[in-house]
Amino acid sequence: MIVTLRLSTMSPPTSPILSVQPTRGLVDEKLKVVVESLPPGSPVTLHSLHHSEDEDYWEAFGHYVSDFRGMVSVSEDLSFGGTYTGKEDMGLLWSMRPVPGSRKGLRLRKMNVCSPMLHNISVYSGHVSEGFREQTPLTSVLVERWYMAPGVKRIDIMEKGVRGTLFIPPGPGPFPGLLDMWGGGGGLIEYRSALLASHGYVSLAMDYFNSQELESADLEFKYFETAFNIIKEHPQVIPDRVGMFGLSLGSLVTMHVAAESTIVKPRCCICVSGSHFYPRDRTIKEVIMEPRSNSHRLRIDENNHHVWRDMWIHLLDDPSKKVDVGKINCPILLVNGKDDQNVPADECAEDIALLMNAAGNGHLLSRVLYPDTGHLIEPPYSPHFRASNFKAAGVATKTVMLLWGGQTKPHSDAQEDAWRKILSFLQHNLYSSTPPRAKL
Amino acid sequence: MDRKQCIVKLFVQPSRGLVDENFIILVQKDLPGYQLTVHALHKCEDGHSWEAFGHYISNAIGTVNVSEDPSLGGTYSGVEQMGLLWSLRPVPGSKPGLRLRKMNVQIPMEVTISVYQGHQTEGFMDQVPLASVVVERWYMAPGVSRIPITEDGLTATLFLPPGPGPFPGLLDLWGGGGQLVEYRASLLASHGIASLALDYLTPKITMETRKMVDLQYFEKAYKILEQHPQVHGSSIGMLGLSLGTSITLKMAAYSEVMKLRCAVCISGSHVQPVDGSMEDILKHFNKNADRTRVSEENEFIWRDLLLPVPSDLAFKVDMGRLKCPLLVVVGEDDQNWPASESAMDMKEMMEQAGNSHLLTVLSYPNAGHLIEPPYTPHARASLFRSMATREKMMALWGGETAAHSLAQEDAWRKLLVFLRENLYSGTNPGTPSLSHL
Repeated sequence: MIVTLRLSTMSPPTSPILSVQPTRGLVDEKLKVVVESLPPGSPVTLHSLHHSEDEDYWEAFGHYVSDFRGMVSVSEDLSFGGTYTGKEDMGLLWSMRPVPGSRKGLRLRKMNVCSPMLHNISVYSGHVSEGFREQTPLTSVLVERWYMAPGVKRIDIMEKGVRGTLFIPPGPGPFPGLLDMWGGGGGLIEYRSALLASHGYVSLAMDYFNSQELESADLEFKYFETAFNIIKEHPQVIPDRVGMFGLSLGSLVTMHVAAESTIVKPRCCICVSGSHFYPRDRTIKEVIMEPRSNSHRLRIDENNHHVWRDMWIHLLDDPSKKVDVGKINCPILLVNGKDDQNVPADECAEDIALLMNAAGNGHLLSRVLYPDTGHLIEPPYSPHFRASNFKAAGVATKTVMLLWGGQTKPHSDAQEDAWRKILSFLQHNLYSSTPPRAKL
Repeated sequence: MDRKQCIVKLFVQPSRGLVDENFIILVQKDLPGYQLTVHALHKCEDGHSWEAFGHYISNAIGTVNVSEDPSLGGTYSGVEQMGLLWSLRPVPGSKPGLRLRKMNVQIPMEVTISVYQGHQTEGFMDQVPLASVVVERWYMAPGVSRIPITEDGLTATLFLPPGPGPFPGLLDLWGGGGQLVEYRASLLASHGIASLALDYLTPKITMETRKMVDLQYFEKAYKILEQHPQVHGSSIGMLGLSLGTSITLKMAAYSEVMKLRCAVCISGSHVQPVDGSMEDILKHFNKNADRTRVSEENEFIWRDLLLPVPSDLAFKVDMGRLKCPLLVVVGEDDQNWPASESAMDMKEMMEQAGNSHLLTVLSYPNAGHLIEPPYTPHARASLFRSMATREKMMALWGGETAAHSLAQEDAWRKLLVFLRENLYSGTNPGTPSLSHL
C-alpha cells in the first residue's frame, strides 16, 4: 500500500533563515548577510532587488554553497558566480545592474533622501542566473538603506540668488560646514550632502548648473562665494571650519574658488574626478561652452558612447587655461580614477602636483589615483555604470550616452576606499583641534 | 574656552535598529581623562519624558566606548552596553506609576542620545549638550506586514514576516491589563514568525456585549493562523505572559482544536479552575482578594491570591497532558503572581507524569513580573486597572532594575532560540523521520 504523506502538514517549515544586519542602515554602512538552516553543502543564490524611483529594477546576485553547518555568510564565503565573485561582503549592492530588458544607459541616483532605498534580499535554491521574478525564493527580507540619519534636518535654501538644500546634523552644534557641488549634469543632487550631514557636517547641496537653464546659469565667483557665506554665517556652523567638496565640474569650481577668491577661504577642499582647466577671467558658462567649440576632439567609441576626456587635454600646455593652483593655501585632496573617460583626471592631477610644488604649497596636496576606476566616484556600495545617459548642457534636447569609464569591481573598491579617506580627511581638517598647517 | 577645542563627536550605531538589537555608542573628545555624561532622552506616546545617564571618563586617546568602558554612576553603573535604554526612568517631576509601552508599532521609538560635560545628575534639559544624535528603535522590521483581524468576532492583529513564507505561527497573549498590545508580536514577526497579538479581555465583542469571551475565541484565533496561506499550519506555538499563561496552559493541555508545536509561559501559573470559563478563572483569583498585601509605598501585592498551590487537581492544569515542549520563564521577585512556586509545582507534576523532558524553566533572581523584550525600562510598580474593580491601582510587579534587565535580555534570547528550534525544521519528538521515504 502506498501511503501518500502530505509533507507540508507533517514536518515543520524547512525554509532557511536569512538575517541581514542592519535592516535599516546608512548607505555607507556594511551589511552582514547570513543564511542558516540550509541543507549542508547545497548551492544557493543570494539575490538583491531594488525598484528605483524611476521605476526601473536593479538586481545583483551571488552563487554560494552552504557549509556543513548549513550556513552561508556573505562576508566570509566566496561567491562562485553571479554579478560578483569572490569574498565580497557588499557585492549584493555595488554589483547591481538593471535587470535584463531594462532601458539603456540607466544611472541609479536617489533623489528623495527623506525616504530610504529598499532592497529585497532573497535566497533562491540552486545557482540561478536569470528569471528571478518568475521563481519563488526560499526566503527573503527587506532592507532599508538611508542617506539621512535620524535627526538630520533638511532645509530648502532660496537665498540671495542661491538655490540649494541645507542638511544639518542633529545636536546643538556648532558643526563644520561643507559646500557640496556635483558636475555638469546640473540639478539639485542632495544625497551626498545628506550623508555628510549624517557624519556631522552642515552641508549645502548646490543647484548651480541647471542644464535646462544654461542661460540663467550666469555663474561667477559671486554665486559660490555667496553660497559659502550662507554656510559660514549659519548659527550652527563654525565659521572658520567650512570646506568645499566637488565632483567633476564641482571640483573645478572648488579649485578656482580656493585659488582666486579673496572673500572666501575654504578650510580644506576635496576634488573628485576634476580637472583644473579654467581659462582665467572667464565665467563657468564660458568654460562649459569651450569644449563645444572643440567638438572635433570629441570621440565616439564603438558603442556609440561619447568620450570627452580628450577634449581637454590640449589645455594642459597652456597656463592661461588652468586654475592657478599655486595660490591654493588650504589642504586639498584629489580623488581620481585612472580610467576616467570623461576628464583626463590622471594627467591633471600630475600637473596640479607639479604646479603646486613649483609654487611651494605642494605639502597641502594629497592625491589618490585608483586603477580601473572611472569618473563617477560616489559614496560607496552604489552601482557602477561605465556609461549612462547624459543631457549635454548647451545642446537643448539631445541626450547622449556618455562614457564614464571604470570596471565594476575596481571602481566599487575605489568608492569604498575613497569615501573612507574622504571622511578621515574631513575629520582631520574640520574636526581635529590641531591646526592642519602645523604639519609640514 | 575656545569652543572649537570642545568639538565632540558622537556615534551611535545602528542609528535605526530593532528594539532587541544592541547598539554601540562612541564618544570622541580628543582629550584624555575628560569627564563626560552620556544621556538618553525619550518622549513616549503618552507625552511623558524618560531619561537615563551614565558617567564616563575618556581614555588615553580621548574616547569613550559605552560597550567597553564602565559607567561610574548615573542610572546604571559598570560596563553596560545597553544601560542607556534599560535604565530609562521618568524624569523628575513625572507622575508616579508610569509604564513605557509602545502602542503604535508602525513608527519607531525615538531616543536622543547626548553628551554633557562633566558628571551631571540633573537639570539636563536646562543645559546645552556637547553633542547629540537621534536613534530610532523599531518594534517592526522593514517588510513586516501588519494585518488587523476582525473576522469571527476576534480583536487581533496579525504580523507577517517579509518573504514568501510559509512561516511558523504564534499566538501572542498578554495579561490582565487587557487591550490589544502588538509590540511583542511585531518583534517576533521581525524574527520570522507569523504572530497574532490577541485581545481577549477587552475585545470589541466584550465591550459591546459586556460578556467575556469563551474558550472557542482562542481556538478561532488559532484557526485563523492555521488556515492562513502563508502560515505553516502544523508549526504554531503559543506565548502567554501573566494571565496569558493561564490561557496558554489550558489550551495546550485541553484543547482538541489547537495542536500546539510548543508553548512559552512567562510570569504565570497553572493554578485555575480546570473546567472553568474566562469568568470562572478571574473569579477564582478574586476569591482570595483578602490576601492582597500592601507595601509601605501603598503598592498592591497580589501574589498570595493563588497561594498555596493547591493539591486539588480540579484547580490546576493537568501538566501531564502536555505533549509539546514548554518553556517557563519566571522572576523570583515576582510580586504579582506566584510564578516561582507554580513553576516548581508544574515541574513536579510533569516529573510524576513522565513528560518533564518537555519542560525548561528559566528562573531569574531579582527579576519581577513584567519580563518583556529587552532594553526597555523596568517598572517595579505601575498603575494598573484591575479587571475586577475597574479601578486604577498601583500594582507592585517586583524586580531590581539591573537584574531584571539582564533577565529580560537573557530570557528573550533563549525564547527566540526555543521558538526557532521548535517551530522550524529540526528534530521534533512527535514527528516520525521521513528520511527513509
